[in-house]
Amino acid sequence: MGTTKKTYWKGLEQLKHDPAYIKNADKEFVNLGAEEDPGHSRRDFLKMMGFSVAAVSLAACEAPVRKAIPYVNKPVDVDPGIPNYYASTYINGGDYCSIVVKTREGRPIKIEGNALSSVSKGGTSAQVEASVLSLYDNYRLRGVKIGDKSETWENLDKEVIAKLGEIAGKGGQIRIVSNTILSPSTLATIDKFKAKYPTTQHIQYDQVSSYGMMKANEASFGTAFIPSYDFSKASVIVSFGADFLGTWLAPIEFARQFATTRKIDEEHREMSRHYQFEANLSLTGANADYRTMIRPSQSGLAVAQLYNLIAAKAGKGLVGGGLEGVANLDKAAEDLWANRGRSLVVSRSNNPSVQILINGINDMLGNYGTTILPNLPVNYRKGNDEQMAAFIADAEAGKIDGVIFYNCNPVYDHPMGEKLGAALKNMTLTVATNYTEDETGSSVTYKAPDHHYLESWNDAEPKKNMYSLSQPAITPIFKSRQAQESFMVWAGETNVDYFNVVKENWRNWFFNKDSKGMDFQSWWDKCLYDGVYELNIDTTIPAFRGDVAAAASALASRYKADNKGMELVVYESFGVGNGSQANNPLLQELPDPITKVVWDHPISISQRDATALGFTNDGESFTQIGALTVAGKTVNVPVLIQPGQMPGTIGLSIGYGRTKVGKVAENLGINAYPFLSVSDGTVSFSSFEGVTLAKTETTFQLAQTQTHQTYMGRENVIQESVLSEFQKDPAAGRELPKITKWDEKVDPSTLSLWKGHDYKSHHWGMAIDLNSCTGCGACIVACNVENNVAIVGKDEVIRRREMHWMRIDRYYSSDGKPGDYDAMEKASENPEVVFQPMLCQHCNNAPCETVCPVAATTHSTEGLNQMTYNRCIGTRYCANNCPYKVRRFNWFKYHDNQQFYAQNPAMNTDLGRMVLNPEVTVRSRGVMEKCSFCVQRIQSGKLAAKREKRPMKDGEVVTACQAACMTGAIMFGDMNDPNSAITKYLKITPDEKRPYGIDKKIGNPRAYRVLEEIGVKPNIFYLTKIRNKEASRGEA
Amino acid sequence: MQASSVFRESLVTGGKTVHDVSHDISCQVENKPSRLWWMAFGISLVLLTWGAYCCWMMLWHGIGMWGLNKTVGWAWDITNFVWWVGIGHAGTLISAILLLFRQRWRMSINRAAEAMTIFAVICALSFPGFHMGRLWLGFYWALPLPNAFGSLWVNFNSPLLWDVFAISTYFSVSLLFWYMGLIPDFAVIRDRAVRMGHMTRARIYNALSFGWDGAAKTWMRYESVALILAGLSTPLVLSVHTIVSFDFATSVIPGWHTTIFPPYFVAGAIFSGFAMVLTLLLVTRKVFKLEDYITIYHVELMNIIIIVTGSIVGVAYITELFIAWYGQVPAESYAFYNRVMGPYWWAYASMMTCNVISPQLFWIKKIRTNLMATFVLSIIVNIGMWFERFVIIVTSLHRDYLPSSWTMFHPTMYDIGQYTFTFGIFFTAFFLFAKFFPVINMAEVKSIVKSTSEKKSSTAH
Repeated sequence: MGTTKKTYWKGLEQLKHDPAYIKNADKEFVNLGAEEDPGHSRRDFLKMMGFSVAAVSLAACEAPVRKAIPYVNKPVDVDPGIPNYYASTYINGGDYCSIVVKTREGRPIKIEGNALSSVSKGGTSAQVEASVLSLYDNYRLRGVKIGDKSETWENLDKEVIAKLGEIAGKGGQIRIVSNTILSPSTLATIDKFKAKYPTTQHIQYDQVSSYGMMKANEASFGTAFIPSYDFSKASVIVSFGADFLGTWLAPIEFARQFATTRKIDEEHREMSRHYQFEANLSLTGANADYRTMIRPSQSGLAVAQLYNLIAAKAGKGLVGGGLEGVANLDKAAEDLWANRGRSLVVSRSNNPSVQILINGINDMLGNYGTTILPNLPVNYRKGNDEQMAAFIADAEAGKIDGVIFYNCNPVYDHPMGEKLGAALKNMTLTVATNYTEDETGSSVTYKAPDHHYLESWNDAEPKKNMYSLSQPAITPIFKSRQAQESFMVWAGETNVDYFNVVKENWRNWFFNKDSKGMDFQSWWDKCLYDGVYELNIDTTIPAFRGDVAAAASALASRYKADNKGMELVVYESFGVGNGSQANNPLLQELPDPITKVVWDHPISISQRDATALGFTNDGESFTQIGALTVAGKTVNVPVLIQPGQMPGTIGLSIGYGRTKVGKVAENLGINAYPFLSVSDGTVSFSSFEGVTLAKTETTFQLAQTQTHQTYMGRENVIQESVLSEFQKDPAAGRELPKITKWDEKVDPSTLSLWKGHDYKSHHWGMAIDLNSCTGCGACIVACNVENNVAIVGKDEVIRRREMHWMRIDRYYSSDGKPGDYDAMEKASENPEVVFQPMLCQHCNNAPCETVCPVAATTHSTEGLNQMTYNRCIGTRYCANNCPYKVRRFNWFKYHDNQQFYAQNPAMNTDLGRMVLNPEVTVRSRGVMEKCSFCVQRIQSGKLAAKREKRPMKDGEVVTACQAACMTGAIMFGDMNDPNSAITKYLKITPDEKRPYGIDKKIGNPRAYRVLEEIGVKPNIFYLTKIRNKEASRGEA
Repeated sequence: MQASSVFRESLVTGGKTVHDVSHDISCQVENKPSRLWWMAFGISLVLLTWGAYCCWMMLWHGIGMWGLNKTVGWAWDITNFVWWVGIGHAGTLISAILLLFRQRWRMSINRAAEAMTIFAVICALSFPGFHMGRLWLGFYWALPLPNAFGSLWVNFNSPLLWDVFAISTYFSVSLLFWYMGLIPDFAVIRDRAVRMGHMTRARIYNALSFGWDGAAKTWMRYESVALILAGLSTPLVLSVHTIVSFDFATSVIPGWHTTIFPPYFVAGAIFSGFAMVLTLLLVTRKVFKLEDYITIYHVELMNIIIIVTGSIVGVAYITELFIAWYGQVPAESYAFYNRVMGPYWWAYASMMTCNVISPQLFWIKKIRTNLMATFVLSIIVNIGMWFERFVIIVTSLHRDYLPSSWTMFHPTMYDIGQYTFTFGIFFTAFFLFAKFFPVINMAEVKSIVKSTSEKKSSTAH
């Protein structure tokens, strides 16, 4: 093709070489001069109208704006969607737990135990699990306040330093008041402050004091300390009111130790025996083999009696004042003596004389060095009741000029708190570092909020030579400041970075002594990574030299054999503890393990007293308000009739009655601290005189998650036996149901309409040991946090609509004869108790799956019963047809709903929502939900294995409840894997005819499925409850 | 069709002629409604409005407005559903089975009974609708429709899905059957309107009657269609409540899981349906002065059916108790012990009194031919049948296998409101029907009056 000669021109302008054209020839869009306004045409009008209508209607139904702001510069160690874990330490007063914090995108969302700690050994408690939500408490102080005015740290520091100087100048008295401080670096910081202001005295007190024990040990061994206990070595345990599985000293440790003595199987047919002597039915009493109800006024005398019984066997001198006729005491003495060196006697009493006798008993039994370790003292309770009482007396007398409350709330939680509150008004300087404006925080002038522990650097020494580090898992949310830094600023220090202080302390204290050949940074990084640092334990056991005779004679002034009046026993609430975490809805809605009451604390009385005083409880938790008077103070409290309560005694828990606490706990219950009395220099938790209870005509409805007391003799639900039977036949207590066909009776598992499933890869299953479950409920809180389970509040629980995926069923024994259903509904006066964790059983023939009209609940190829929220239309047929009643329906919209703002901040406030687990959907109104076996954890475990191109390892997937269980009662794993722990534990052998089928052979004679006879074939197995008694109830 | 027998009393009294029939029934449509009608209709509207308010509150806030809880997932909702469906059964039984058995006494009552069926089924259907947590999705997700959700399909194992098919079939066949019967009667009203010069009315009723011409061939087709529809409806009388009973019978809950349910439910349905027909007809008869068409003889025959079905139901109750004892299944024994002696004993006692004992009074002729007694007993039977469903649903659920989960159910204002809502629908619809549609099947009734169109000087017998 030849080149064409033709020229095409765009227009006459090009042809004519118009200057305007040449100027713009290289531009794509030719500027056509100034913009004209064409005016508004009809077409524009229609366009605009169309746009407006569309915009208005879109705006009207607009979805709420959700802000998701991406990182501008992504932190190196944070990957969106991938959690980070940090070892840290839970510290709340003297309560301690080594933990691992799970964070997502910089937000702590879950707490689990740190298995590297030889103190807490990976255990957690309900309060530890729940504390992650306290971080996002809406009631937290946003920053500094002076009086009621928000201020800056600079101004606060200026004023505080000026006033401190003024007080120091005139030689006035300064006090730092705190709970027990576990942190050596904090104590060092306070020492610096004391050095600057020498008139400063540091006072430690505990809400639940163990001062009597320290005094007793001082008298017995020369130093005031609290020893470590090792329940795992004890074959016989006798406890006088010490709730060591629930609230006493260090339940996380004790429960784990105790559980190791309760694990039995065909090969190990021995277990510990546990006697409990107490007035209230405590969690520990509920787990006891023999439980004796005893008045608190007699408990000291019973201890003296036990001393004499043992002394008689040991050939030692007897003491006076023993009380004859306490049931099971002689038997306990026999067992203790037979197990010398392998036994343990503990008491919750805060009376030094009682504790000296206890020490004497343990000494005669040779328990020091085996089950009691005085060489390994613990720091959980260092509070000094005498110093605290003296401080309040001084404050009242106007002798104190300045006080700094370091994260403690004595105005609320000290028996003389009210007096203290009044005295604070007259002081020159009052400061509190509390991170909320609580009762004490609001009574002081200077509010200098500390960080939450999850935002702080810190260290702890829970036991001598056992250290644990705290590191922040989130940048401080508010303008708070580490309290230790505040102390240093006020002491005029220049290097106030507490992180550096802790680091330097550790360098000086530990690294410089033993660097293990590492450079400091590597050593420090390892400490931080592990979270714990432990040194060798001293092995010298001090000799007992207490004066038991003097102690026994001192008992007479306090204890009485024949008190006729009512007695009050104040105990620590299981859920909200001493009240410091009362504003945490996770704890408020955690059912008390015994009473199953939530959001309140009724007083407990026995049926006998209730009848005498005219109180009645009905099956709907309706009760009357009782007027309780102790030493002239009267309060109105609802009354709960509690099986196992010693007649003549009244139980009441502390932890409620907070007034300055935030929306969650406001106006719940009454404050029981004023009912504590100080006698012999120690705080006493029981009152024997001046206690009366009268019925008022006001009715009250409690919120209880379980209202029925007994299991109605249903052996398909609870299967239990006693050790002597178990030793003869490990299948003791098993009920093997049979289905009647026309010609024979057969095992129900052999009959099915269904073809069953084949699980070719995994077959997830769970085993729950009723013998090691203590019923504590840490699993419930862990499940709530992991799975974003909604908290619904008191009213909804009264309507019986709690959303918990996991619950602990608590059953009392009954004296009713089989068949007499009315009598079987009533619990015995001093019942045996059994706890049964109940969650979705993941049935292989799931009755819920067949009835769903839209197939929203289906079976997975790995044996899970799975719930598809998106598909659910909410007919509730599945819940009705669930024999275990574990399905939970979203009756209302629990998230983004003003109605639930106060009860469920985790789904209704911007701050609270930060705790939600992004891996689990927040369920909408009108859908069903239930336990998923933590399918998100299974999935991430599978993905990790897939990424590494290997099969999954056993133990790689741990459900939230399993991780939280301090006693290891819950075991989860793959039943298809012949080497998995669960396969070995349950002794599973596959069916030869159908190796991947659902009908696996379970070889463990203790394993049973609840409601075996209906053939739904759950994937959860329970192991029989065995009590270490001679004969089962009814035969005895 | 001549139906005079010397041995039988005439089914229509008062010596009515064919013209009288047309006049007596059509004039209800043609005349202005009476004050009584306005009052009744007004009350119905009040019920409907109040019910609609409760219904709206429930829809806005959630199912939690009702008194249900974690253990009792169904209570008044499904009780009312089963109750209304049961009531509907009488209409179908009368129009289909009695037609096939050539029971001529049905002719005066079948129209109203069928209308009652239609409205009762509408009321019944509202409950499975409203009881869903997510009605806005559930109303079509429960249908096997082709969809864009991937391979999602309904679950054919679920008795609730069977319900969807059973009730929708039942509703469509009943509606068709009812409307079919109305066509010739609409034509009568049209013809009268033409004569009276009401052209608007004539046009409307002409359209409603599909231009019925009254030709012999049309009548022939009409009769065959009626027979075919009767044949189709007959199995429905048995199947619908059988399938409804499967909701319970196929479950694992003691007290629900019983094979006796299908016949027991069907008998109960007919029982309650006849009672409801009686309640309505005795009122209609009075308000519209139809004493000559709905006679004591009709009432007595219906009362006899009530004795028979009431006794079947009674036997079923006793059989359940016997089997609970004889079967020796602990859970089932307890479920029935709990029904009789547990906290809901009063519901069980009401059920027994109303359903088993009170209908036995109809053995006494004086009572079964007394209109007031019949009216009172018909209401008692319906109360009893409501309690029967409540007893089955709530007392079985509230204490099932694990005692830890045992609860009680307390209705709230909104449970009651939802029930009121359906009464509002039912009565509003029924009074509109009574005003605008012929309440008695004129075409059929004409076949049983004396075949002369002349008025006799004296009344018959």
